[in-house]
Amino acid sequence: AMEDVCAKFVSQKISKTRWRPLPAAALQPPDLFATGSWDNEDNRVSIWSVGDLGNVGLNGEYQGEPQLLCDIRHNGDVMDMQFLDQERIVVASSTGTVTVFRHHQNNQTLSANQRWEKAHYHVDQDTSCGGAPCTGVICNNPEIVTVGEDGRINLFRADQKDAVRTIDNADSSTLHAVTFLRTTEILTVNSIGQLKIWDLRQQRNEPSQIFSLTGDRVPLHCVDRHPNQQHVVATGGQDGMLSVWDIRQGTMPVSLLNAHEAEMWEVHFHPSNPDHLFTCSEDGSLWHWDTSTDIAEKPSFLHQGGRSTTYFSHNTINQSVVSAWLSNDPTKDRMEITNLIPNQTLSVNSLDILGPCLVYGTDAEAIYVNRQLFA
Amino acid sequence: VVPGADPSARQLCFAWGPAEVLVCETLFGRRGGCPFRGEAAPGRALSPGALTGRVAGTGEGGPSSSRVFVVRKDQDIYIQTLRKLFNESHGIFIGLQRSEEELAGKSRKAQLVQVSKNYRSVIRACMEDMHQAAISTRDPALHSQYSTQVSILSAMELIWNLCEILFVEAAAAGPLLLRLLDWVRLHVCDVDNMVREVLSSENPSKHELFWKVASIVDVFVLQGRMDEARHLLAKEASANPTSVNMYKILDDLMKKMPMPNLGNTQTLTEMELKWQHWHEECQRYLQDGTFASNSHMESICKILLGDEDAILEKKELMTTWYHFLVTRLLYSHPTVKPMELRMDLFLGGESSPEPLDTILMAAFEFEMHQVIKECSIALSNWWFVAHLTDLLDHCKLLQSYNLYFGSNMREFLLLEYASGLFSHHSLWQLGVDYFDHCPEYGRVYLELHIERIPLNTEQKALKVLRICEQRQMHEQVRSICKIMAMKALRNNRLGSALSWSIRAKDAAFATLISDRFLKDYCERGCFSDLDLIDNLGPSMLLSDRLTFLGKYREFHRLYGEKRFSEAAKLLLMLMTAHIAPCSFWMTLLTDALPLLEQKEVIFSAEQTYELMRCLEDLTAGKLDKQKFQDDDVETMKVEMLRLALARNLARVIVKEGTLEGS
Repeated sequence: AMEDVCAKFVSQKISKTRWRPLPAAALQPPDLFATGSWDNEDNRVSIWSVGDLGNVGLNGEYQGEPQLLCDIRHNGDVMDMQFLDQERIVVASSTGTVTVFRHHQNNQTLSANQRWEKAHYHVDQDTSCGGAPCTGVICNNPEIVTVGEDGRINLFRADQKDAVRTIDNADSSTLHAVTFLRTTEILTVNSIGQLKIWDLRQQRNEPSQIFSLTGDRVPLHCVDRHPNQQHVVATGGQDGMLSVWDIRQGTMPVSLLNAHEAEMWEVHFHPSNPDHLFTCSEDGSLWHWDTSTDIAEKPSFLHQGGRSTTYFSHNTINQSVVSAWLSNDPTKDRMEITNLIPNQTLSVNSLDILGPCLVYGTDAEAIYVNRQLFA
Repeated sequence: VVPGADPSARQLCFAWGPAEVLVCETLFGRRGGCPFRGEAAPGRALSPGALTGRVAGTGEGGPSSSRVFVVRKDQDIYIQTLRKLFNESHGIFIGLQRSEEELAGKSRKAQLVQVSKNYRSVIRACMEDMHQAAISTRDPALHSQYSTQVSILSAMELIWNLCEILFVEAAAAGPLLLRLLDWVRLHVCDVDNMVREVLSSENPSKHELFWKVASIVDVFVLQGRMDEARHLLAKEASANPTSVNMYKILDDLMKKMPMPNLGNTQTLTEMELKWQHWHEECQRYLQDGTFASNSHMESICKILLGDEDAILEKKELMTTWYHFLVTRLLYSHPTVKPMELRMDLFLGGESSPEPLDTILMAAFEFEMHQVIKECSIALSNWWFVAHLTDLLDHCKLLQSYNLYFGSNMREFLLLEYASGLFSHHSLWQLGVDYFDHCPEYGRVYLELHIERIPLNTEQKALKVLRICEQRQMHEQVRSICKIMAMKALRNNRLGSALSWSIRAKDAAFATLISDRFLKDYCERGCFSDLDLIDNLGPSMLLSDRLTFLGKYREFHRLYGEKRFSEAAKLLLMLMTAHIAPCSFWMTLLTDALPLLEQKEVIFSAEQTYELMRCLEDLTAGKLDKQKFQDDDVETMKVEMLRLALARNLARVIVKEGTLEGS
């Protein structure tokens, strides 16, 4: 419910929000997250603790707002950000530099731990070399993969000074995002509506598979892979459309779902509850896609207050066999979609979910934390 | 006044920018009046910023030459803590614009009052943050800067609150006074500190304590906080057992004092009647000398009667003239009507009034435009006047007031505020929505400002593009895409450059890039960026050259897939339909060579004739133009082609002949 969301205005436009990963077998919800800012003269990477639950007020409603633990200057816009482990965050910059920051928890400070200057760059006609924005980063400790506007793919190792592997001109258009498919394979999306699989073991500088949206070449901005069913991949496009792909078959998406009215900036399957998916957009909305509930008895279209909830008609029989995300027949499909932000105007640039907690950041210079997502 | 510049020593010249003024010292002789002085008077009636702006940067020139100052019109835009104010109020502003006026009468008013309260709570929240910042900083300069901000914000809130009572809510007689009392209580918070001090002070001398308590009682009475005053009086009474009776009577009077109430349970006449009775009762007690033996109680009774001198005696407890005004109204005319306020204005005529006084005075006189004008001059930001004016405009209080240049005051102030936002490296996004709600000039302003946003990443460009596309600003869409395409081209990113020009539907640029692709192909013998060219789809039709590029690549694919007859057909079509540029025909004909040499006959007789005609057209054209530039390689190619064509024709005649015969 909206009442469980606490907001904090932070005087900088937020481009990325990421929960710190929990140690294996942790039972408590996440308590720390990182944010990155953009478009400021002085951009920052910041670490926040979510308000202390001990601060619940007399009426039980109050939850402390996020508290800034520490921050550090970052050269250029923060384009993407991923935790490498519990202490280290990899940050992609609009200057093309990739930096690993370490969060020292004993004295609450941040420091630059490792830096690859101009990991992404353009060679212009005068052969001078300028940084190109690094648009995406993904980590699988100790490996770090970055992509950029230069169409380049870099593979770094956290402890090595030089790139382990670089694919120059991997893509003729801008690469917008990257994620791991398997430990040796990555997925990238680009600005002409293509989804590509790259096998990093192969020395060939070509993708092992190319999928694409038909016709319109609508740029894809984000990609995420189903945590359990590795063949299920979700992408979000410039037109706000959510595409679900089955990379075992075909070259086109299995289903195209009308979603936002502008660029979808991020898409995330819930890491432990992948029947739930979350997307956010330039149009200022954040949607929760839920294929889990049994809602046969509910009406097919329902509008409640500020939220609009839509149910498709349904059939649950094959649920366990076929992934709910792959049934593209709307008459068999069932999905509940909820906009979690009514009345928002400026872009929601980033979101992250872990356990019952959601964090998102906006161009309205605010960060929001919801700790009872499924309440 | 520009710090550092000395207009008496050197002339200043200046140039207006979108939101900044460049001022530089010049060596030109004086002619007529000082140009910089003259600027404020004629052009801009409401031009505070230019005079209060801060110097953002200075550059030292040569020894005799001058420095350049950048004077920003809206300096507060650059204060970090205020960004919260700008962002949060942006949301409220949008909400207000969206709230359709379907709600009539009371509920609409309640809605507008709520909006006003929301604005005020944002101001207060900012004040709180600023206060915290002031406390926590160790730097004295910063501390004083924050403290100044706190007092400015507090003045803003004070003014806004008064405007809310008088204009937005337009409280009627009765409730009006209650609201004004609340207003005074909210902004004069010393008394609670005093109470705390007295109650916590350790072992005070009895005498001192007595006087303190007495003055607190007075403060409560002056603010109309009767219950609290009575509570303290009771304590005082218990210390003076001899005059218990007197206390009782006063307590009773205070208890009985009729107050206007907020519900509609009593009419104004009822209230006035009750008031008269009570007033007479107080008068009686005063005249029969009930309180004569206790000066404190007597003075309270006089206050209750609205005795101006008695109230004035407590001047230092009220600190401000508006407190005095409200107190006097409370005890002399509690059912004051809004329009009677101006007559009750106490014009102390002593020292020259502070800007805040002038503003509040203007509000009490219901001179809305005067309030806005004074605020524009006194405050160093446009935020306040822009939002307040917009709210008043939604209350339908500002109609029929047009400025001389055609747009109304609301729009003028919103435009100024939004322009300030646009001059900020990060807050520009907020400005867009403000321009959207300026029907007259908003669009033009947006068009001018949006093109000045620096685009350092594609993502930012996409955000700016989205803004333009949503508003059908085709010209700006084209120019942004072009900028991005040029950038990509400069960085040798042909694929990206093509994508941008396709998005801009910029045929000329697409042609240019296609030519680059073709040139690369001719030089290297292979295509770069196949993933893009193979994926052109319908966008291929944007320019002829792009169509050709796509089709030509398709030919190569068909050829690679050994679909020779399809490839041959496409190749021929590229020439006969004039899709291929003439300069490229030779390459195409050369591409036909291996097809002609295939074991199997691919080109039909008719197709072969057409190929021959193409070749002859080409060589004829060539001959006319460059007779003397004979190129051995070229002639050899032509000869080889002619030979191959002739051989193919022979084979195909035989083949077609046998086919027909059988």
